Amino acid sequence: MRLLRILFRLAWRNLWRNHRRTIIMLGAIGVGVWAMIFMTALTRGMVDQMIVDSIGVLPGHVQVHHPDYQDDPSISNRMLISADDISERLDTGAVKAWASRVRVPAIITSERESRGVTLLGVDPEAEREISFFDYDEVDGRFLTDVNDKGIVIGKKLAKTLETEVGKRVVLMSQDPDNEIADRGFRVVGLYTAKTKAVEEAYAYVGRRTAQTMLRIGDATSEVVFLGDDYRNVDPIYDVAVSAVGEGLSIRPWYDIDTYLGAMLGVMDGFVLVWVVVIFLALSFGLVNTLVMAVFERVREIGLMLALGMKPGSILGQIVIESMLLITFGLAIGNALAWATVVPLESGIDVSIVGDGMEMWGMSSMLYPKLYVSDMVLASSVVLLLGFLASLSPAWRASRYEPVEAITKV
Amino acid sequence: MKIVFRLAWRNLWRQPRRTWLTTGAMIFANMLLVFMISLQFGMYSLMIDNALQVFTGHMQVQAPLYNDEKKMRQTVPNIVPLANAIREELQSDKVAARGWAFALASSDDRSFGIGIYGVEPEFENNVSNIPGLTSLGRYLGDNDAAEIVMGSVLARNLHVEVGDEITLMGSGVDGSFAAAVVNIVGIFDSGVTDIDRNIAEIPLGFFQDTFFMEGAGHQVVVFGDGLAAVPELKSRVQSVLPGDSDLVMLDWDALQPGLKQAIQADMSSAFFMYFVLVILVSFSVLNTQLMSVLERTREFGIVMALGLKPGKLGRLVILETAMMGLLGVVLGVAAGALVTAWFTTNGLAFPGMDEMAAKFNLPARMYPQINALTLLAGPITVFIFTMLASIYPAVRLHWQNPVDAMRVA
Repeated sequence: MRLLRILFRLAWRNLWRNHRRTIIMLGAIGVGVWAMIFMTALTRGMVDQMIVDSIGVLPGHVQVHHPDYQDDPSISNRMLISADDISERLDTGAVKAWASRVRVPAIITSERESRGVTLLGVDPEAEREISFFDYDEVDGRFLTDVNDKGIVIGKKLAKTLETEVGKRVVLMSQDPDNEIADRGFRVVGLYTAKTKAVEEAYAYVGRRTAQTMLRIGDATSEVVFLGDDYRNVDPIYDVAVSAVGEGLSIRPWYDIDTYLGAMLGVMDGFVLVWVVVIFLALSFGLVNTLVMAVFERVREIGLMLALGMKPGSILGQIVIESMLLITFGLAIGNALAWATVVPLESGIDVSIVGDGMEMWGMSSMLYPKLYVSDMVLASSVVLLLGFLASLSPAWRASRYEPVEAITKV
Repeated sequence: MKIVFRLAWRNLWRQPRRTWLTTGAMIFANMLLVFMISLQFGMYSLMIDNALQVFTGHMQVQAPLYNDEKKMRQTVPNIVPLANAIREELQSDKVAARGWAFALASSDDRSFGIGIYGVEPEFENNVSNIPGLTSLGRYLGDNDAAEIVMGSVLARNLHVEVGDEITLMGSGVDGSFAAAVVNIVGIFDSGVTDIDRNIAEIPLGFFQDTFFMEGAGHQVVVFGDGLAAVPELKSRVQSVLPGDSDLVMLDWDALQPGLKQAIQADMSSAFFMYFVLVILVSFSVLNTQLMSVLERTREFGIVMALGLKPGKLGRLVILETAMMGLLGVVLGVAAGALVTAWFTTNGLAFPGMDEMAAKFNLPARMYPQINALTLLAGPITVFIFTMLASIYPAVRLHWQNPVDAMRVA
């Protein structure tokens, strides 16, 4: 223990013998670690936002469909389970919100234009938590209940159709017997979404109204469940299974949107690669510094060995020196990262390239997210690899032949 | 002069380990930069080519506001003669006229709202890759035939095959009811679900009859010789447009604003990463050069006392750095080019790429693009920053008093 304290003190003093070198190295490690964490926070924020947004549109962490619905989202592939059945059986513990919907392709026609849309027959109260827009911010009003006779569409779609709140549109789809099912609706509200594509995609009507129009009784197309964290869907999955029973396809979001699921994996991989690349760039400087530190102390090390210090202690001393350097660099880097990311957490506006971000599936605001786990990951990678990198110079120092070392000029 | 070179070179190899470690950092960074930048630009040009080759082209002639609103009545009158005139002017076949309409496509048991392109069968394959992607049956032939080719997902959802008939229903340019029965002659598979699900093509002549176009269409697509030639292309096309028309010419950037911005967004995050890498290397160089100056303080003191100007010594230090930097550039570029060349023939794939490819219309493997820019941009930046890093150690010499310098132990 005493030995360790002495080694520690020696390492500490050695570090500050050449303060310029130490400061430059601290700067390098600091910048490197800052970049690791900052970039990671940015990417995490981006992916989080992308997933949250997409789940907000694709909605729900776990979805239940007819087994053939995913491939052929038509009215034939509906589920005979009604919302009441589910609410009777549902254990709401882990579920933040859930909703059951009618969801089929349809054609919407105004006096001037027609477009294809996805018709959503919803229960407005149930959707409130799940919806990607705020009901209060809808131009006009949102639907009030499942029997509402109005329709709510996106702003962009309304512009294309040259329609507005108060005007009538016709929705056309198919009933289960392949007969045309259509109905006139009055536009009661226009919603705004983060992307124009979404504003063109969905038309909301009351669930009961949709069921009547499509002549499907109580049947629905999908049930969605929302939990607290998209990374942890297992508890909701179990709840969903017990609530809807057998014979239906129950899938977590990352199975439904494989692109999103894959992105999450790609980003996790990217974070690790990035941390390691930065470390490698740093490691050259780190090893260099240690080699120099050992080289200019050859005589002194020889003397210590001659005086009876164990080679292991020399090794320990150099390694401790390196670890001290790294630890300080890490502290600086982490502090810098924290200080720069936290003020930005309210969002960075990148709307200059907004359309481009939309193409990547992201929104025009970036919200960097600092995860403690990422800071820990970056720090431990640096510590571990730093330890390994310092072994070689330390090992060489501990193997000096005392006499040779002392006499070295 | 020669002696200065020799001095600088020998000074470098006084401490071979240190020099190699510092050069190693540069080689590492340069290699990485060459590879990453080549990959990035390879991906961008693929993205642009792929995106433009589906429907967009290098530029289009359209009615004003059509691009934004896509309304049936925003037409280009007499579109076939116009397309012919453009072909004549450009002496190129990469020009094709199109119409676009929204229609309800119905098979015996399904109906979907889809986008219908009316295309010139003779020329469409010069401006779009859809004809080439027609994997089942054949592409359109006769300009007036009641034929249709459609995306594979759409065919699956409609439960139809090549040889079946479907009904199209929509509204004509004057708002009147338009309908036609068409024969499915081909099914294409672009790999992008959105296109395969929502798009079908019929011959332009038949399209004009069905939708009462009276010789009009909606867009003339033009391909030129590469993106750089687009402005010239526009002015040549302009000369052919009828003088009294208000038709507009839109280049690919205006047609797909997301594309350029997606690239810009990706570039800026990539440049941040490269910058960090370069900074870390500069730290390493700064450290090494500062050390090498400090350990030679006595020596420098002596030569200064002998009458050598500090400026000359400073140049020596800069020359040493330049040599090291050049070594890093040459070896780094060579190593980077080797690695990159291997991937240009074999391609690069990582987990998650399939999903990205399907979403962004990219091939499932990426091929880096090697040219002078991608090869040298990164390494030259590293070199410049290396030189900047040597300024402080070099300038420091000016403050050095020869007598004090000689006294340094």
